[in-house]
Amino acid sequence: MSYELIGITVLWFFLYGYLIVASIDFGAGFFAYYARMTKKDHIMNQLISRYLSPVWEVTNVFFVFFFVGLVGFFPDTAYYYGQSLLIPGSIAIVLIAIRGSFYAFESYGSKDNAFYMFLYGATGLLIPASLSTALTISEGGFIEETANGVQLLYRELLTSPYSWSVVFLAIVSVLYISAMFLAYYANRAGDEPALELVRKYALFWSSPTIIASLTTFIALSQQNYDHYESALDLWWVFGISVAFFMIAVFLVYQGKYYGWAFVSVMFQFLFAFFGYGASHLPYILRPFITISSGVTNETMAISLIVVFIAGLCLLIPSLILLMRLFLFDADYVKGKK
Amino acid sequence: MFEFDTVTVSRSLTAMTLLFHAIFATLGVGVPVLVSIAEFIGIKKKDPHYTLLARRWTRGYTITVAVGVVTGTAIGLQLSLIWPSFMQIAGNVIALPLFMETFAFFFEAIFLGIYLYTWDRFKNPIYHWFLSIPVVIGGTLSAFFITTVNSFMNTPQGFELEDGRFTSVDPLAAMFNPATPTKVFHVISSSYLTAAAVLAGIAAFIILVKKGSLYHKKALKLTVMATFLFAILTAVAGDLSAKFLAEYQPEKLAAGEWHFESEEGADLVVFGTLNEDNEVENAIRIPNALSFLAYGDFNAEVEGLNETPEEERPPLWIHYMFDFMVSIGFYTLGISFLFLVFWKMKKWNEFNKWLLWGIALTGPLTMLAIEFGWIYAEVGRQPWILRGFMTVAEGATTSPYVFEMFVLFAVVYLVLGIGCLLTLRKIFKGRPAELELEHRYPQTAAASKEDDA
Repeated sequence: MSYELIGITVLWFFLYGYLIVASIDFGAGFFAYYARMTKKDHIMNQLISRYLSPVWEVTNVFFVFFFVGLVGFFPDTAYYYGQSLLIPGSIAIVLIAIRGSFYAFESYGSKDNAFYMFLYGATGLLIPASLSTALTISEGGFIEETANGVQLLYRELLTSPYSWSVVFLAIVSVLYISAMFLAYYANRAGDEPALELVRKYALFWSSPTIIASLTTFIALSQQNYDHYESALDLWWVFGISVAFFMIAVFLVYQGKYYGWAFVSVMFQFLFAFFGYGASHLPYILRPFITISSGVTNETMAISLIVVFIAGLCLLIPSLILLMRLFLFDADYVKGKK
Repeated sequence: MFEFDTVTVSRSLTAMTLLFHAIFATLGVGVPVLVSIAEFIGIKKKDPHYTLLARRWTRGYTITVAVGVVTGTAIGLQLSLIWPSFMQIAGNVIALPLFMETFAFFFEAIFLGIYLYTWDRFKNPIYHWFLSIPVVIGGTLSAFFITTVNSFMNTPQGFELEDGRFTSVDPLAAMFNPATPTKVFHVISSSYLTAAAVLAGIAAFIILVKKGSLYHKKALKLTVMATFLFAILTAVAGDLSAKFLAEYQPEKLAAGEWHFESEEGADLVVFGTLNEDNEVENAIRIPNALSFLAYGDFNAEVEGLNETPEEERPPLWIHYMFDFMVSIGFYTLGISFLFLVFWKMKKWNEFNKWLLWGIALTGPLTMLAIEFGWIYAEVGRQPWILRGFMTVAEGATTSPYVFEMFVLFAVVYLVLGIGCLLTLRKIFKGRPAELELEHRYPQTAAASKEDDA
């Protein structure tokens, strides 16, 4: 395997990791707000804050890791994405800043503030929408290179059916993943009223998720036929993803094996995400950067991979410790510690 | 004209983000060290005062660290958004330390999360203390890695430049460039110093206005001791940094010192003003001290600013930044030493009003010194973004929307700053240490009340 392929695979894994952990976080924000509006917040809040407080920083690092790694392995992305994404990127930073810091502020009593809850819920949906811009423009056709540098074509972006279907897909999948996780967590905590509530959310958001996946696929065929065709070549990967989707929804519908249901959700997105990524290659940003043209020099790539392996040896045990102490410690989950 | 404006705004935006981030990053590196020390003393001496100290510091720290994390994320992304051409080129050489920094940050984030939520979960408190070690290591390593990147921009090496692309890259040589040792030493020691001084300042202030209890007096003694030790370290680091500058970046030292003509036995110019002909007036001159600062020899020749081509000279106002930074450093060293002398001399009262006010001031002053020092270091390498290879103007974005982003971020940092202060106030107001002590450790609380009386 060539080092640029190792590089992009590693980065894709981290983006996938971010997709899962951040979705749980972002969706929870929306549900917390929604529960408040429908006067069910007392059911939800305890559950959400017990899981999210210890891990929000870790969620953030997944994201930092991805973009630092991307610029490291493929420095050309810094130029093209940096030039074109100044506005969407800055908006994403601002939203993340509001959310991250208010997380900490919240622990000390702003929880009852309606405006804060609104921000918390709204950022949860706006962050995935603004971040998805980066994926949208990677398909090509949204930026142009002139003598004055690279510019993002806002009109094209805002009138494209493809970009809107990506935004829609991002938002509904966030809600779906989050509800699925919360159902699992509520079940572990033995919190019946919360489980009943989030189980409804999970089932509700499952159908828009699968519909949005299909419409995004169709919009892709309009936007970038080449990519669409290579995605069709990987049809079986997307097929496996749909199969896992059906398993997950079935288990939650039956009200059993919530843990396995969430594992299925993770596999559903793993396959869909890697199918999308693989069919995207060799381009990182059409038509400017391919993985071989944009990759860093060999010495740097190798040292990044070495550091990456060393880093994982440190991170994986630490993450397991974190999860054992909070996620899988039955007493903690139930609120006894 | 238009391009000039974009560059200026890009610089201002980056400066604003970094100056705001520096406050929280400095505390982020330094405070865990003091928390860890206090918790350890608490366990060893079986003195709940120190444990409570560690707990309360940690609670405040959570808030500052959150702002540090989000502003750090902001600067991480802004590097590519505002300086795309720079990152495209330099990314080939500095990706390694940037990547390692995120690992260190990851490590710290995981253990900070665990540390915060496991205070009462272990039977033996030493296990909880163990969790503070990775937080300290992670924070300090983050500072180390990110400082190597900044060092690289000051003394780039580890590559060859061919037709605008870097070849024969050696990532380790780039990381361990000539500026790295002194810069890392100075950044880490001054972060520890500032955190200690800020915490000492808070303790002194509470004793002054609220007649603090035994708890606050213990806090003050511990933090002033730490301030003194870290101030010595920082002074050594600063001296080494000056010697480094004399050898590798003489124009930065010369501009900082208003040293125009190369000469032997150069004077150190302290404060003062410049007239229209760039002649120094109203300054205190310490004979031959600059030569000593630069080479450890009172008669050594120090290169003057006139040796540097005019368009490659940094602005001369950085002289004040240098002087303020150094003055504050010596003030902090002096006042903490004075406190220790008063404390050891049984007859003298180390809690006298003037001394306490002096200590209370070190908190905000050291934080200012951090900002002055960074401004000196960064503006001092103007006009370069990569000294000798790329100017700041060549690295900036060409996007016409930078000004709007500047306004947007100014508002965000204002909100974050106010939010941070309000939350800190909320945490500590109406929950004095005495009450918490009574609540958690009733026996110690009763004992210390007798002591106070």
